[in-house]
Amino acid sequence: MEKSALPFVKFLTEVFEFLGGVGLLTKQIIKKLFTNKLYWNLIIEQIYQVGIRSTPLVLITAACTGMVMALQFGLGLEKFGGKMYVPKLLAVTILREMGPMFTSLMVAARVGAGFASEIGSMVVTQQIDAIRALGTSPIRKIVIPRVLATLFVLPILVSFANVIGNAGGLFIGAVELKLDPSFYVLKVLSTSSLSDYFSGFAKSFFFALIISIPSCYFGLNVKNGTKDVGIATTKAVVVTSIMILIADFFLSKLFWIVEKMI
Amino acid sequence: MSKKWPQAFIEVVDFHKSFEGKKIHQGVSFYIRKGECLGLIGGSGTGKSVLLRSLVGLEKPEQGQILIDGEDIVPMRERELVDIRKKVAYAFQGGALFDSMTVYENLAYPLREHTKLSEPEIAQHIQDQLKEFGLDPSTEKQYPNSLSGGMQKRVGLARAMMMHPQVVLYDEPTAGLDPYNTKRIQESILKMKAKGVTSILVTHDMPTVYAVCDKVALLQKGRISEQYVMSKLLAEPTALMTNFITGEST
Repeated sequence: MEKSALPFVKFLTEVFEFLGGVGLLTKQIIKKLFTNKLYWNLIIEQIYQVGIRSTPLVLITAACTGMVMALQFGLGLEKFGGKMYVPKLLAVTILREMGPMFTSLMVAARVGAGFASEIGSMVVTQQIDAIRALGTSPIRKIVIPRVLATLFVLPILVSFANVIGNAGGLFIGAVELKLDPSFYVLKVLSTSSLSDYFSGFAKSFFFALIISIPSCYFGLNVKNGTKDVGIATTKAVVVTSIMILIADFFLSKLFWIVEKMI
Repeated sequence: MSKKWPQAFIEVVDFHKSFEGKKIHQGVSFYIRKGECLGLIGGSGTGKSVLLRSLVGLEKPEQGQILIDGEDIVPMRERELVDIRKKVAYAFQGGALFDSMTVYENLAYPLREHTKLSEPEIAQHIQDQLKEFGLDPSTEKQYPNSLSGGMQKRVGLARAMMMHPQVVLYDEPTAGLDPYNTKRIQESILKMKAKGVTSILVTHDMPTVYAVCDKVALLQKGRISEQYVMSKLLAEPTALMTNFITGEST
């Protein structure tokens, strides 16, 4: 094989290893989810870690996104006399795309990195081995609580982000674009539909799986000490972020087809 | 399962293991009787810890058998290994305590997982265990990172013993400890031995081997090159063993 092709082959091998590994981990999660008891206290603890502690970050991001988008839409549409379309455009964009995607990217950065580094450190300090040596399963004890907590929390965070993003838009609409606040609210409520909301909301379940399972996978696969923990953390953030962006396109397309069928 | 040594309680036969193409073990075979303590010594990187981890199913050999009380654990799946892991405890080098849990929660972990004891009964067991391992009762409220290395190891040992195992595997239990803590660990191992617990001790600490082991095996070049009953080793040390102990060879 030509020398120049080697990095590409290595990259492909890593991609297939990752996909295979995540597939096997998912299979184990499903198997253990339905055959063993759940650690509810650990799930609640993770809901706090993933949900409550991510809330400020998600809300600040949502508010800023809403405000910036309202400003940009307003400046752009003002040239064509279309300022009154800002509420509608902004609401649909936030509900369908920006709310779920920005929230998921923020959670991937905070929580995905946290999962990978925490689990990776547990591997290095032999805590994962200790769980196995004590006759218990790290999948049940470590992975499942994190996956379930993310699945539970992310759709709620997305819903909060939708509200705060639109509130940010309302603020800029009223202060900068001089739109009447009651007109703004009325426009948002009358033009955005439930299908807009559910299209974004449904994505968040997929994004929750995309964040939690690969992050746990990278953590569990730390092998060569603390240096690997850093690498696993970086990989978790980069890979889950890219996967969210790619999945967002396919999910948008899928929901678009489903909506047309309905 | 057929046994090569009928009197053996733990039996390792023709054990082969490699890492990234490098052969670490090339046919390791040894056995240990019930209630005995075997000291497994050898240079760094000879695969003592890997061998020990394999005895509790944390590593799988490429070839060979590991019989524990007549059962070959090599082909066992993770779920089947649970029963073996209740019988065989592993004391990790650094204690491997769960750092998000207090000492109490660490010690309660195996009991909550494998028994139906009530919380007051668990609390009583933990108090007894702390006493048994010479730890202050107030230790139970502390987190592992607030304990000294020696105390972490002792708590790790205490946790490993919570289920009253038949076998204990000690991975470098005295590494990096001061003489006081080394002595306490030796006493704990001897206490377990007195209760009839079978043990394997991986260590470089020869005074501890002399203090607690009945047999000693030297792992060299992927095989057990020498195995001796302690009394014989003390009376007639071989050149190979003497060279290892005095640092003349690995």
